[in-house]
Amino acid sequence: MLLTLFYILSAITLATAFLTIFSKNPIHSAIYLVLCFFSIAGHYLMFNAQFLAIVHVIVYSGAIMILMLFTIMLMNLNKEDEKNKSMLTRISAVISFCLVAFVLLAAFIKAQPVITEYKVSGQDYQSIKVLGQVLLNEYMVPFEFASVLLLVSMIGAVLLSKKEHINN
Amino acid sequence: MDQAIIIEKSVIIISVFALTMLMAMYSTLAERKIAAWLQDRIGPNRAGKGGILQPLADGLKLFAKEEFTPNTQNKFLFVTGPAISMSMALMTSAVIPWGDKLHLFGRDIILQATDIDVAILYVFGVLSVGVYGIMIGGWASNNKFSLMSAMRAASQMISYEVAMGMSIIALVMMTQTLSLKEIAEQQSGMNWNVFYQPVGFLIFLVCSFAETNRTPFDLAECEAELIGGYHTEYSSMRMGFYLFAEYASMFISSTILAVLYFGAYNYPGMDWMEQNVGVNIANVIGMFALFAKLCFFIFFYMWVRWTIPRFRYDQLMRLGWKMLIPLSIANIIITAIVLLLHDKAI
Repeated sequence: MLLTLFYILSAITLATAFLTIFSKNPIHSAIYLVLCFFSIAGHYLMFNAQFLAIVHVIVYSGAIMILMLFTIMLMNLNKEDEKNKSMLTRISAVISFCLVAFVLLAAFIKAQPVITEYKVSGQDYQSIKVLGQVLLNEYMVPFEFASVLLLVSMIGAVLLSKKEHINN
Repeated sequence: MDQAIIIEKSVIIISVFALTMLMAMYSTLAERKIAAWLQDRIGPNRAGKGGILQPLADGLKLFAKEEFTPNTQNKFLFVTGPAISMSMALMTSAVIPWGDKLHLFGRDIILQATDIDVAILYVFGVLSVGVYGIMIGGWASNNKFSLMSAMRAASQMISYEVAMGMSIIALVMMTQTLSLKEIAEQQSGMNWNVFYQPVGFLIFLVCSFAETNRTPFDLAECEAELIGGYHTEYSSMRMGFYLFAEYASMFISSTILAVLYFGAYNYPGMDWMEQNVGVNIANVIGMFALFAKLCFFIFFYMWVRWTIPRFRYDQLMRLGWKMLIPLSIANIIITAIVLLLHDKAI
C-alpha cells in the first residue's frame, strides 16, 4: 500500500519536474513546478513529517512560487522577446554543466549508503515540541545564523530597490 | 472498530461539507437582506416567503446561463482556476473542532474531521494555496484587466498573510500548542483568548477581511478601473464558483475567528451542564454556541461591508506593511515579556 503510494508520488514528482524543464510556456513551467513541490510534500508526509510537509507547502508553493508566477505574469514573456543566445554562451553552459555532472558523479561513486538497523528512540519526531527543542538546543547556532542570513538578504533586497531612487 | 471510525468520520465530513455549502448559499441572501436593512429597503422578497428561496433561484439562474469560454490557449487552466478557489475554500474545515464530543452507541464521537498536530499551519497552507485559484484564473482569461485584478488580489493576500501569521504567533506562544482542538479546550468557561490577545485579535480580524477579499479591501473587483475583476471573462457556474468560494471562505474564516479567539464551542456553565444534564445535551448546546458566534462574525463581515468605504490600493498596502506588521511584531515581543515575567519556569 505505502510502496504503491510511493511509486505514484515519485512518478508525479519526476513527470512534473521534467515537464517544468520541457514546457515552452514559462507559466506552464511554473505551474508544473508547483505540482512538483506538492508531491514532494507528499513524500514528507510519508515519512510522518507533518510539520515539514506543511511548512514546505506554505513556503515553497505558497510564497516562493507565487512570487515567481507574479514576476513571470507581469514580465509577459513572449516568443518575440526571446533573444538568441550566442554560440559562446551555449558552449560554456554545456561545459559547465558537464563539469558539475562529473563532480557529482565522482562524489556519488565514492559514496556508500549507510544502512543501519532502525532504532526506536521513543521520541515522537512528528511533534513540534520535540522539533522545537532540538532546533533551539542542539542546533541553536546554525538556526540563528540562518535567520540572520535571511534578514541580511531581505535588507539587501530593500537596498537594491531603493538605489535608483537615491541617485535620482 | 475501524469501520465505525470510517463511518463516523464520513458522516462528519459530509455534514460539514453540507453545512458549508448551505451557509455559503444563505450568506448570499443574508448579505442582501442585511444590506437592505442597513439602507432602509426591504430586500429580495419574491421567491418564497420573505425571499427564503432566493439562493435557489440564483443558483438555477447561474446554472442555466450559457457558459462562455474566451479565446484563450489555456482552456484547461481557465477551468482549473475556479475549481482551485472552491476546493481550497472547503478544505480548511477539515481541522475545525465543531464541538467537544458526543456519547452515542456506547462510544465517544469527537466532533472534528481530523485532529492534526499542526492544524493552524494547515489552515495557513491552504490559505496560501488558495491564491493560485485567482492568479491562474485571471491569467488564463487572456485579458489584461483580469490579469491586473488577479495581481492585485494575490499581492494583497500575500501581504496580509504575513501580518496574520505574526498575530497567530503571539497566540501560539500563549497557548503553547498548534492544535485547534487543544486551543479550544483551553478556553473553557469564559477563559477566551480575546481577553488575553485583544491586539492580536484585531490584527487577525483586519487580515481576514483582506484574505477573503471583502470590503473595505475588495480592490480586486473594481468596475471603474478593471471592468469587473479577475472573473470578468467568467460566466455561468464558473463565475458562480468564484462568488461561492468567497462566501464559503467567509464562513470558514468566521469559524476560525470564533475558535481561536472567542472560545470555540465553550459557553459559560458548560461544565455544570455536562455534570447535571448530560454530555450530549451540553455538547449540542456547545455546537449551537459555536454556530451563534460564527453567525455573529458573518454578520460583522456584512455590517462592515455596508458601513466602511473601501480603501485605495496604496492605502491598503501601507496599512498592511507599515502598520499591521510592526504592530504584530510589537505584540509578539510584549506577549513574550509578559509570559516570561508571569511564569519564570519557562
